[in-house]
Amino acid sequence: MSYISKPKFMHPEMSTNDLGLTRRDYEGTLTTLCGGCGHDSISAAIIQAASGMSLEPHRVAKISGIGCSSKIPSYFLSKSHGFNSVHGRMPSVATGANIANKNLHYVGISGDGDSASIGLGQFCHIVRRRINMLYIVANNGTYGLTKGQLSATADLGSTTKSGEESQFDNIDMATLAIELGASFVARSFSGDKEQLIPLLQAGLTHKGFAFIDIVSPCVTFNNTDASAHGYKNTWENYIALSALDFVPMRKEITTSYAAGKEKEITLHDGSVIHLHKTNGNYDPYDKENALHHINQHKKQGKIATGLLYINQSTSDLHELQDTVDKPFNSLNSHDLCPGNEALSDINNTFR
Amino acid sequence: MKPTDISDPNYFHKVVDCQWACPAHTPVPEYIRLIAEKRYTDAYMINWVSNVFPGILGRTCDRPCEPACRRGRIEEEPVAICRLKRVAADYKSDIKGRLPLVPSKKNGKHIALIGAGPASLTVARDLLPLGYEITLFERDDVSGGAMRTQIPRFRLPAEVLEEELNYILDMGINCRFGEEITSMKAVLAEGYDAVFVGTGAPLGKSLNLPGREEAAENIHTGIEWLASVAFEHVTAVGKKVIVLGGGNTAMDCCRTSKRLGGEDVTVVVRSGFDEMKASPWEIEDAINEDIPILNFHVPKRYVLEDGKLVGMEFEKVKKEFDENDRRLLVPTGEDPVIILCDDVLCAIGQENSFPWIERDIDLEFDQWELPTIDKTTFQATNKKVFFGGDAALGPDNIITAVAHGHDAAVSIHLACNDLDVKKRPNPLTCLDSQKMGIHQWSYDNDISNDVRYAVPHAEKEKTLNDLNIEVELGFDESLAFHETMRCLNCDIQTVFTDKLCIECDACVDICPTDCISFITNGKEDDLRVRMLAPAANIEQAIYVSDKLLTGRIMAKNEDLCLHCGLCAERCPTSAWDMGKYLFNTAKAADACPN
Repeated sequence: MSYISKPKFMHPEMSTNDLGLTRRDYEGTLTTLCGGCGHDSISAAIIQAASGMSLEPHRVAKISGIGCSSKIPSYFLSKSHGFNSVHGRMPSVATGANIANKNLHYVGISGDGDSASIGLGQFCHIVRRRINMLYIVANNGTYGLTKGQLSATADLGSTTKSGEESQFDNIDMATLAIELGASFVARSFSGDKEQLIPLLQAGLTHKGFAFIDIVSPCVTFNNTDASAHGYKNTWENYIALSALDFVPMRKEITTSYAAGKEKEITLHDGSVIHLHKTNGNYDPYDKENALHHINQHKKQGKIATGLLYINQSTSDLHELQDTVDKPFNSLNSHDLCPGNEALSDINNTFR
Repeated sequence: MKPTDISDPNYFHKVVDCQWACPAHTPVPEYIRLIAEKRYTDAYMINWVSNVFPGILGRTCDRPCEPACRRGRIEEEPVAICRLKRVAADYKSDIKGRLPLVPSKKNGKHIALIGAGPASLTVARDLLPLGYEITLFERDDVSGGAMRTQIPRFRLPAEVLEEELNYILDMGINCRFGEEITSMKAVLAEGYDAVFVGTGAPLGKSLNLPGREEAAENIHTGIEWLASVAFEHVTAVGKKVIVLGGGNTAMDCCRTSKRLGGEDVTVVVRSGFDEMKASPWEIEDAINEDIPILNFHVPKRYVLEDGKLVGMEFEKVKKEFDENDRRLLVPTGEDPVIILCDDVLCAIGQENSFPWIERDIDLEFDQWELPTIDKTTFQATNKKVFFGGDAALGPDNIITAVAHGHDAAVSIHLACNDLDVKKRPNPLTCLDSQKMGIHQWSYDNDISNDVRYAVPHAEKEKTLNDLNIEVELGFDESLAFHETMRCLNCDIQTVFTDKLCIECDACVDICPTDCISFITNGKEDDLRVRMLAPAANIEQAIYVSDKLLTGRIMAKNEDLCLHCGLCAERCPTSAWDMGKYLFNTAKAADACPN
């Protein structure tokens, strides 16, 4: 790790966003991960995504489990709320927090060990419960923190740095999320910020459970030529099913693309995702089609990336449960204890 | 763009803004680091080799390095480079043992130097260790030239001046002081192998207005008056003094007047305050001594009473621009302004003058009466004659004179060895990795966020009453240390090896000033706008790599790099490395192969 902190000086013409903040205001402490770790690029992408869409830092909660990936909330949005929780239990904490205060943006940060092994059950249930959040898996196919064992997302036949071969098929987190009912599922690569940043912005804006599986190479333990999750293999084999732009609400659309080659997805708050130059006119609304594409590409050794699936018609947990409108911390004693009259009204419904 | 050729000695040199801007190309960051380590003598010697007069220049330099300093582009103020140089001079120990040895057996070549100013003394310093015999002619009885006659002692104490002049004079020069040369023909007839002219620009301009002749006794030209003060021929001035002109000489004149009995000293300039030629810090020092500076006042006549100067009349003007965007000074139509005075000092410029050089000795002069010389070799059309300093290219500053001296010495050495003076020796360069451990460098990359430290001044009450009390006290060791920590170490270069890069973006993500981009190649103009942060300053290069695995290239904006080394610290494959780039101009000793 570096001994110095990042110098405060910045580009003199660094732009400010609608809140008057620069991108540097969205940074966290200096990373302690290995130099070249994909997770650092994810941190940088989150910083750029959040500043680009003028997200108020104090309206964001970062929640993580355990692992290299789960350290990264320290490295971005230092002015936001944060909870570094128990291994594989980030979904429980995120669910609790979301129930207590539905008005925050929730960013869950997890890794392949945290979500595909010890926390797989928790993962399945948070998807099923449709928590309104952005769930990120920084997926490097290895247990980097314990020095490079194969993880559950390591592809069949890929080897560890010390030569051990994976004998099992991998768990595909994106497929799993689609099947369990996630309403926004994407895959990206830490090295491709052009794709990752708009995906993060769309995921943060999407109402419902948004999931992004990010191939994030472990530069120390899983960056060999035999690794599907290394930089070289990912650069060579990742296929963008669609290129996209994210236009936050109230922002004028300045880029233009040839008509007819573009899909426009308007999110619930008026923000727009532009899908363009699509590969075979990919349709992200079709669940079966999404699963088919992911599997087809996988068979050819390719990694299908981009916005894989979106469904804007599902309800989130709060809508399904018809919860109270206000966050718990703004309920006063009258809201919580409405008095004898209200109690008798309730009791009367049971008579 | 084509990949950047970092083997070009000028590529990384240009990144070291201060060194690039310095006429003598002093390795500034290198000596600043030595000052931080309290290695003052080492820091001094780096300066001495390069600019010959560190103690003098540390007080009086025009500091072209400071406006160039990168720190000025990322925050408000540059590093106080000049005053740090002085620190090296103030705190060094005895350097005599480190001076070059002068061989007792001479090489048989004899060089004449005319004028004992910075240019000539630099030539002497460079040639004496090579075995040359040197004869130095000087009109005055002492050496130093403009450093002695035009810079007042409250800016440059006599002992500092003497010390650094003596390092050279003590190397064994045949000094012929108090001897004014009146004929170049006669000098050449003495059979020298080369003659170097470093006579400066000795002619001060005077302002010829009505009343000039009658009031001549009380109208002085700035540089001549300053010289008379330096030699103590003038020890007093009238109570009311007008100084005409806005250059550094004017600032020295007005501040000197204050110390010689001037009570109402006023500087008057024709044009705007912001057009004044004086260095900002010298203007500031004058203002601090309560000297008013009036701008937009055009002198009209000397006002006399009973044949004696009593004042000057000025016309008030304003600035306007004509259709060609040329600046004009147009009268405002207000009543003329009369400022009372006992003396007028004209500091409105100085000129070259070579009445002593005959025009029939194959030595050409141009229409401005300046010698025709080659600007690289400083050789005149008469191949035995070389010029340097103000005498060569007109009035400039000490550090430029030193740089000319070095170049002329190289030429003289080449010429005396029957080599082509136009074949210049290459600079001495060295690029070395500074890596000590995984995240450890041999330099301190944790730069300070502090703003520039001010140099303490002596009390005004004291300094204004004594011409010889130095105004600036210089940094103490603690202030100096804190100021050194502001230096960005621009000579520690980011060196990129494209074959090692895996395009992980670690460097892009960590760079505090968004210098680094991985993008598709294009023309320079196109790259400059497409980079992560636009590289608008075309004075500064973009460092471009060859094609990488993804087909993209690495493009780095050299303009705002802090040289913090974080790119190299985060790089997993050492594709980035921090390399110290030392650049030294070749001196005469490096000029000939043998």
